[in-house]
Amino acid sequence: MNNEKTTIIAAGAVIGVIASVLVLLGNPVNMGFCIACFIRDTAGALGLHRAAPVQYIRPEIIGIILGSFCMALLNKEFASKGGSAPMTRFVLGFFVMVGCLMFLGCPFRMIVRLAGGDLNAVLGLVGFFGGVLTGVFFLNKGYSLKRTYRMAAWDGYVLPAVQVIFLILLVAAPAFIFFTEPGGGPAAKHAFWLVSLAAGAVVGALAQRTRLCMAGGLRDIVLFKDYKLILGFVAVFGAALVTNVILGLATGTPYVTFGFAGQPVAHVDGVWNLLGMYLVGFAAILLGGCPLRQLVLSGEGNADSQVTYLGLLVGAAFCHNFGLASSGEGPTANGKIGVVIGICVCLAIACLNTFKKGDK
Amino acid sequence: MMKTVDARGLSCPEPVLMAREALKSGDKQYIILVDNMTSRENVTRFARSQGYTTTVTEKDGEFTLTLRK
Repeated sequence: MNNEKTTIIAAGAVIGVIASVLVLLGNPVNMGFCIACFIRDTAGALGLHRAAPVQYIRPEIIGIILGSFCMALLNKEFASKGGSAPMTRFVLGFFVMVGCLMFLGCPFRMIVRLAGGDLNAVLGLVGFFGGVLTGVFFLNKGYSLKRTYRMAAWDGYVLPAVQVIFLILLVAAPAFIFFTEPGGGPAAKHAFWLVSLAAGAVVGALAQRTRLCMAGGLRDIVLFKDYKLILGFVAVFGAALVTNVILGLATGTPYVTFGFAGQPVAHVDGVWNLLGMYLVGFAAILLGGCPLRQLVLSGEGNADSQVTYLGLLVGAAFCHNFGLASSGEGPTANGKIGVVIGICVCLAIACLNTFKKGDK
Repeated sequence: MMKTVDARGLSCPEPVLMAREALKSGDKQYIILVDNMTSRENVTRFARSQGYTTTVTEKDGEFTLTLRK
């Protein structure tokens, strides 16, 4: 096995262990990491939505972006780039969040949920793979959001700088930042902020080095029979599962419970779990990467991915302000409409950027 | 004239898709231009899978990949 593959398996294993240990240290069950949920919590803390159970500036997100940022600087890979259809990316980011909050998790949490025995995530995975296949169909037909260009030198620093400000707001906790009351919902459950920050930084740095991406992993198998990226996520799953089993034995509280009903922060509506993740998979391929990858690219100075982050953030606010987000009880009617609209929008974006020929 | 693929500014999988398309002509040598490390790694990996060896030169953050069979 070559060096690249060994590295990504090792990195995936470390990330899987971290994801499980974060639950032991206070994060919600099966939510050591969830890019979508954590951006949603951050949107709530900033008051962009007022859903009281999900308001907390999640240091994991800050850590991932800054971890990638530092690693990219260290390896001289940091570069301010952008200009590849930023508004289209904003819209795609928005609908990635709509799909994630239908399913209740990003592709990363989907793996974490699987490792916790949550079988609803199997349907999510099926839908996600379907979305990836749809995206790959358009890639093969020539889909492109065109080229990126060098931006003004400091442009790529904006989102990492904003994350530093978020960190200050988290620690200073001024009155205008909202925090879920203890026992008031998932966002009340979190590890100590320094631990979360460090965990995020390690994940961000490792994902930057290895280019870890769930959507990219499935895509590369279909497109090129290239198994490098998917090995990373298989390692995340394996390591999280083993860690969960060990934690269960050590603490006496089960960390792996196989089944559909009663899973933490999840619902059992299979059709909408599938369709939600179909939307996420499709949009992620059109974007060139899953939410985790977008954060990592943001840290590398990619302004387009930073705009995608804004799309995710605004999408999360809309999801809660307009009742699109699912809960443990199941999806909402508004959420279902949102997902259908999202799939239509993705189809339109895919067609417009595939069949309308122009200079690349 | 060696066949050249300009994939600068594009992010994966597009550079690899362009390389795959170009390699269909079956030439002994190609030049592929990319401007990020991920594309450099991915094109190199793809070239290896197709039996090409890759040499890389870098200038101002842009990479010139020369594929040879």
